[in-house]
Formats: sequence, structure tokens, C-alpha cells
Amino acid sequence: MTGNGGYRDSALRPYVITGGKFRPSRAALGVETLLLRAETAGPLPVTATRESRALVRMCERLLSLAEAAAHLKLPLSLVKVLASELVDAGYLVARSGIPQAARPDMELLQEVLDGLRRLR
Amino acid sequence: MDSADSADRYVPDSVRQAVKVLIVGAFGVGKTTLVGSVSEIEPLRTEETVTGAAVGVDALAGVEDKRTTTVAMDFGRLTLNDRLVMYLFGAPGQRRYWGMWDGLAEGALGVLAVVDTRRLAESFEVLAELELRGLPFVVAVNRFPDSEDHPVAELRGALDLTGDTPVVTFDARDRASSIDALITLVQSISGGATGPAGTEGTDHPDEAARGPVAYAPRQGERLPAER
Repeated sequence: MTGNGGYRDSALRPYVITGGKFRPSRAALGVETLLLRAETAGPLPVTATRESRALVRMCERLLSLAEAAAHLKLPLSLVKVLASELVDAGYLVARSGIPQAARPDMELLQEVLDGLRRLR
Repeated sequence: MDSADSADRYVPDSVRQAVKVLIVGAFGVGKTTLVGSVSEIEPLRTEETVTGAAVGVDALAGVEDKRTTTVAMDFGRLTLNDRLVMYLFGAPGQRRYWGMWDGLAEGALGVLAVVDTRRLAESFEVLAELELRGLPFVVAVNRFPDSEDHPVAELRGALDLTGDTPVVTFDARDRASSIDALITLVQSISGGATGPAGTEGTDHPDEAARGPVAYAPRQGERLPAER
């Protein structure tokens, strides 16, 4: 943890950007969730924040939530809130990871193993 | 595909699923080096917010404001096949950051706990906390150039690990060696059913016997919002 890794008090700004919402409206999005702009969605409402617009633009093609946050230089927790709202509102589509609280199935684990062995 | 110079940052369109592995360990054990060795993209850095409620020793007694701090996190990506990618998230091991493990570990395949034999004591509380939280993990001992070669049995004893926690030694600077550590982790999670050298990693004794078919109905749930 070097460089910008230190402490920073950043409570206020994310609160403002998310319109006062602290938590994602639904908890299904993880840092690894893949996001993509919904083809069928119209333009964002005029009230949409600059950060929401940037996120939708960033997800023009497939990208994980964490990658989008890193490229946009926005905190993960903020992007989680914004992405949840944009998914709920139909502007973004989520391709999720493993369902929460479920054990990964053997077929998937085998696929992961095969992939890792190929990369070795 | 696109000519835009940012095009190669994206995940291939064919990918339908992402899995993730958490890399935890004390400061300076090689988490960032490991992510850099195996990631096919330039490792990225992002910030996660840590709220005051769960920060343990850092909590200021009696101070009740909604204090948040942010912590930098390095992560990388591996394309496992044309429909599956893996993300590796390096999470700090200091006690004050344990609160963020929960969110990160949710839906993770498992945890690679990186350890430096020259500073074993610093890893004790990280490993104890992983055991306490019941997260599936493998201990990956990073071989630094000036670290002695300790037999795995000796390390296991020194780290006071429960009997079935796998221990693997590796070199975080080496891609193949780091991938081997990940392979050990995945094998351990799958309870040895997918390859040799795994240990029983399941709470359900009959799980290994049931095999992959038993999980087939769950397939549809993987992609709740796929388009």
C-alpha cells in the first residue's frame, strides 16, 4: 500500500453524489460483477449525476465494477451504489458472479482449474 | 476490435461469468507482487471505504461520528476461457481493515493468505481471523530470496494451523509459481475431487460423492441479469 494508500476522509462527497443513499438498493453487485450498458436504454435523465453518466459511458463494453471504479478514479463503494441504481433503472446490465451465499459448483471449479492450468 | 486505444482494457464480449479470489496478508508479504505476476492487465488500484464501526483497534472510543477511511486495493484479471474471467483482489491484512473482508469475500471462491516466513508472527492474527470467519483459504508462503527454506510441516506447526488447511510455498514474482498457488486453492475448495493433493474442504460429507451433476439445476441462477 503505497502512494495514495493513506487515509482520506471522504464521507461527504460520495453521500452527495449518490443523492443521500448509503447502500446499494439491492445487494447483488460485487466488485467482480461485470457491467454493460443496456442497448435498449434511452438517454439518462437530465438529473443524472456526472458520475453516473461517466459510469454508463465506461461500460460501453464489458467491464467489472472494480475496473470501472479504478478507471473512473471513484471509490468502490460509491460505484457500487451508482451501478445498483443504474441496473435497477435498466441503464446497465449486470453479469454476476457466483450467487451470494451459494457454494460454487464443481463444474465451475473444474472450469477454473482447467483455465489456470492452461495459463501456467 | 475497436481502434480506440482504451479498447484493450475491456473484458472480452463473450465472457459470461466472473469469479474472484481474495489475496490477504500482512503488509509487504507480496500481495501486490503476486497480482502483478499473474494479471493479464496492468494491475489496477481502487479504493474501498472502511467505516468506523468495524475498525477494531483504530476505533476511537467515544467518538460516534460517521468516520470513514479509505484503503487502496490492488487487483488484476485473468481470462480463464472465452466465457470466464478471474479477478484477484489484494486486501490488506491489518486488523483495522478486516471489516472490508466481508464485502470482498462475498461470492469469492476463496482466499489465498500470503505469508512471509521472515515475519511469521505478523501472519498469526490474519490466519486466526480467516479461521474465525470460516473463509476457505490456503496459506501461500512467499519465498523471498533471503528467506530460509522451511519444510511445510514445520511451517504448519509454526503457524498453528488446523490440520486440513493446505500450505503451499511459492514465489510471488514468478507467474507459473503464483498460478500454482491459485491451483492449490481451487483444488482445496473443490475438496480434492478435481485433482490430486486437495484436502477435504466441505462441510457436507456426501458432497464429494455427489459430483458435478448434483449442482446442475443451479446453473440458471448464475446469470440473473444476463442479456
